[in-house]
Amino acid sequence: MYWGSLSEFLEMGGYGLYVWTSFIITALCMVWEILALWRRRTAAIAESRNIMRSIG
Amino acid sequence: MNWSKYSAPLAFYPLAGKMIPWFGTIAALAIAVGLYIGLLVAPTDFQQGEAYRIIFVHVPAAWMSMFLYVVMAVWAAVGLGLNARLSFMMTQAIAPTGAMFTFLALLTGAMWGKPTWGAWWVWDARLTSELILLFQYAGVMLLRTSIDDQRRADRASGVCALVGVVNIPIIYFSVQWWNTLHQGASVSMTAAPKMATIMLTGMLLMTFGFWMYSLAVILSRVRCVILERESLQLWSKPSPVPEVVEVR
Repeated sequence: MYWGSLSEFLEMGGYGLYVWTSFIITALCMVWEILALWRRRTAAIAESRNIMRSIG
Repeated sequence: MNWSKYSAPLAFYPLAGKMIPWFGTIAALAIAVGLYIGLLVAPTDFQQGEAYRIIFVHVPAAWMSMFLYVVMAVWAAVGLGLNARLSFMMTQAIAPTGAMFTFLALLTGAMWGKPTWGAWWVWDARLTSELILLFQYAGVMLLRTSIDDQRRADRASGVCALVGVVNIPIIYFSVQWWNTLHQGASVSMTAAPKMATIMLTGMLLMTFGFWMYSLAVILSRVRCVILERESLQLWSKPSPVPEVVEVR
């Protein structure tokens, strides 16, 4: 382990704002993409079921 | 095993579904270990201090932004050459993830630029060509949505993706061809890496994780695209899409 304490880890040698913003926004984008795909999938399945009902 | 049958979207659908959990799990593991190494184990950089740790998301995102564009263009070429529906669907599925990684490469680059260069943004060749890549992804996506006829939309966005691939070597070699503020490559095919092994390990693990993540989300998106575009064909017995059939 490189860090001596938690506050040292969070401060990132004074660059905490830049480092954590980078990591957090990257994580948020990836989580958002997964959630958006989940919603799209649910909607697509519902739509397909509707079409199948209307046909058959 | 006859792999060619998987070029039919409805045959590919269940195969993609089986692969997603594997790629997702590998991605989660690689990213977890990569973050552990990058944030907790790797020592500080002697020049850039702790700000260098942005490399663990910036470089993987930038590599994926270029790599995914090339893969998207290859699918577009296959689609245009063989007139294969699944190829165009792959092109459609890759673009949003590629655009997201391009955005992240630019954003994390700005986060790195401010403390090290004193500027969020400079119009040097590397940054400008990467920004153009973001516009190219946007162009491929917008062109598709702006054309109602599906086949024409496929072909137009495919041509757009294919032509734009010329920008990839420009981005990659920009730091050699022009005098850029952006630093040169730390890792290349032709020279030994210019970084400590532990840093390189963390960065490569994160890149591998982002790659596996991309595979999982792109396969997941192509399944949505198949459902959206081939709904009428699901009415076959036996249908390959159990999620839809179970209400029958």
